[in-house]
Amino acid sequence: MGFRRRKLEESIFKVLMIGSTVIVIGSLLLIIATVIVKGFPAMNLAMITQTPKGGYYLGKEGGILNAIVGSLELAGGATLLALLFSLPIVLYINLYKRRKSRFAVFVRFSLDVLWGIPSIVYGAFGFILMMMIGLRTSLLAGIIAVALLELPIMARAMDEVVRLVPSSLQDASASLGATKLETAVHVIVRQCLPGIITAILIAFGRGIGDAASVLYTAGFSDRVPGALLQPAATLPLAIFFQLGTPYPEVQERAYASAAILTLIILAISLLSRWYGRKFRKNSAI
Amino acid sequence: MNAKTHISIKNLTVTFGRQKVLKDVSVDLPDHRVTAIIGPSGCGKTTLLKTLNRLLDKVDGVKVEGQVLVDGENIYDPKIEVTRIRKKMGLLSQKPQVLPMSIFDNIAYGPRIHGVREKAKLRQIVERQLAAAGLWDEVKTRLHEPASRLSVGQQQRLCLARGLAVEPEIILGDEPTSALDPQSSRTVEQRLIDLKTDYTVIVVTHILRQARRIADYIVFMYLGELVEHGPAAEVFAEPKDPRMKAYLTGEIS
Repeated sequence: MGFRRRKLEESIFKVLMIGSTVIVIGSLLLIIATVIVKGFPAMNLAMITQTPKGGYYLGKEGGILNAIVGSLELAGGATLLALLFSLPIVLYINLYKRRKSRFAVFVRFSLDVLWGIPSIVYGAFGFILMMMIGLRTSLLAGIIAVALLELPIMARAMDEVVRLVPSSLQDASASLGATKLETAVHVIVRQCLPGIITAILIAFGRGIGDAASVLYTAGFSDRVPGALLQPAATLPLAIFFQLGTPYPEVQERAYASAAILTLIILAISLLSRWYGRKFRKNSAI
Repeated sequence: MNAKTHISIKNLTVTFGRQKVLKDVSVDLPDHRVTAIIGPSGCGKTTLLKTLNRLLDKVDGVKVEGQVLVDGENIYDPKIEVTRIRKKMGLLSQKPQVLPMSIFDNIAYGPRIHGVREKAKLRQIVERQLAAAGLWDEVKTRLHEPASRLSVGQQQRLCLARGLAVEPEIILGDEPTSALDPQSSRTVEQRLIDLKTDYTVIVVTHILRQARRIADYIVFMYLGELVEHGPAAEVFAEPKDPRMKAYLTGEIS
């Protein structure tokens, strides 16, 4: 009796586990397939080499080079800005403060709350901030809003790796007479480099794919963004606008744009995995 | 016994939260000898060792009272620069902690921090200290490989060489052979004995036989108290305190 019930339980859970896995992997494949199939008719070299031309919004000439370059610039700038703030935070709470101190717990909690805030709120907050300092919709404003969005993600992902460094390694460096800064830069950052790079790439991926935070801050433009203070187009917004048109040709372009964005994110994921593996192979850890 | 000492502990009491881990410990440690701190686990051996280079400060909720004089200077004086105190002492931990860099850079790390820049000088330091730790012949052809590729026994000797490279006066060992195989343990023990001509060596060990093999001076701790200390030959031949006797016969461990 007992045995048969346990065997039944085992089978039910096995089906559940396999089923969930299939659904998740299936959704990924389905998404990729959808954007590729639906966007296929619009895919041509002009999409990635040209900016929108006169008849673009009616389904005629041009491409989305403006959004591709804009997105890369925006996410790149935002990631750099977020890095400038998150690395010091993480080193501070892990090396300068005691790891389990109230302060460190409070900082981690704050970052978790920030992580959970919807990106439209960052967009709105960024917009208010822009008004306050007299900035107009521009690449710079977009970079600031997206950096705010990326910061908690990057900082927490880094924190998870830096936390795992045994305190005896810090002691080893300290016992040679190293200051905390020397230990942080030469030992801790080096030890955690693969994790730190992964954190940067995850944050970049989140930043490049976000539409809501750039809607009011970066604006949109048909030109390739050339200056920090000019509006910049981004891929998520390009998709949003193209999907909203009544022309099937332009909607196809939305799917093609989505395919390009997905490819960029896929490339980043692969890059981070490849880098992590390579580093582990020759690393000193 | 040499009367000169540069480590003198006076009325040292260490409290973690409410628990007293060291109770009013006073002892002078002899120069150029191997001192073994022995005692059952949880008796405060490692705590005593870590007070010597102020690594204990980093632990949560720790309070240190009393004095530790190194060369006549109280290292718990708030005006003192901690990095300068730590530079005087090389530390060997239970598990070797190699830095995430090459064998060469592990040794050169300390000297570089303290301002040595010339390549030739660094190379000379690396070779000399690796030789002193008995590792040079094993690694001289692969100095630029990651240190993590060494065996654990080699890593521990690398850590020893790294400690020596900052020209300390004192070598502290926190059960430095506990992660090593018997043969590597013997190598490290022999190195510690050899090093006492130039350094003062202080080793925490829970292996009584190891203390007998290497120590000139014994500090016996029990439940946070310093129970007995003296030259190894005397302490082992004629322990005075009943707790020390019990520990030597294996009744408490």
